[in-house]
Amino acid sequence: MFDDDPVFKALADPTRRFLLDLLFKHDGRTLTELESELSMTRFGVMKHLRVLERVGVVVTRRAGREKLHFLNPVPIRMIHDRWIDKYTERRVSALLELKTELEAKAWRQSQKPA
Amino acid sequence: MATESKAGVATTQVYEVYIKASPHAIWEAITSPEWTVKYGYQGAVEFELRPGGRYVGYSSKEMQAIGVPDVFADGVVEEADPPHKLVHTFRFVVSPEMKAEGFTRVTWEIEKVAAGFCRLTVIHELEGAPIMAGMVASKFSEMGTGGWAWILSDLKSLLETGSSM
Repeated sequence: MFDDDPVFKALADPTRRFLLDLLFKHDGRTLTELESELSMTRFGVMKHLRVLERVGVVVTRRAGREKLHFLNPVPIRMIHDRWIDKYTERRVSALLELKTELEAKAWRQSQKPA
Repeated sequence: MATESKAGVATTQVYEVYIKASPHAIWEAITSPEWTVKYGYQGAVEFELRPGGRYVGYSSKEMQAIGVPDVFADGVVEEADPPHKLVHTFRFVVSPEMKAEGFTRVTWEIEKVAAGFCRLTVIHELEGAPIMAGMVASKFSEMGTGGWAWILSDLKSLLETGSSM
């Protein structure tokens, strides 16, 4: 099963959240590009990226000689499903019922002969 | 692609998920309609698993009920190496605007990483398809459903627990 503890820890750091925001704005960046947006040593940025990579919220792909960093939202999505959904469930389920009802109505109407 | 621009690189999206299932089970879940109706948008798929074979994405009843045509996506299989790698082109055909964006490319990679665990990677090359890029990257609806992250976490949930979210 999915262990969310390391992901929470990785997200607890403001620099790492900033790096994720950078990738959200513009995905597929090199270390050099990311480093230019931070007042931190290359080694420092690399360390933070490694933490994000270890928990899977950043994935890297090689493109020629370059190593590109991509934001992988799947672990964050799983945290959302596990934690956020749980506490907003009642509000959402009321909305969901309304949506289902409206869609069913629209569908029934579309089935009626013209 | 030696001339690939920075903008070109940025139009690729990469998604990764670790799933406790065999490569074969994951391959089946991606390529067979019996499985695709159980997670994500729950529409059936048709994959002719050979280079040049066709891909068709069918709409679920729920999608059809809100006006989505029977076929919502199509494409061509470029590479099929079961249960490791599948490459196919992909476009939405729901509206003329989406159709006009042309084909994007989806690569599925399944890698066994540890006893019983696989890493599933989806690489979506979205050059020239900003509408689709927006749709697959984020939420489709106010219910928070939609996009690759949602589809892949639902797929993981289905394969590991036997039920989708």
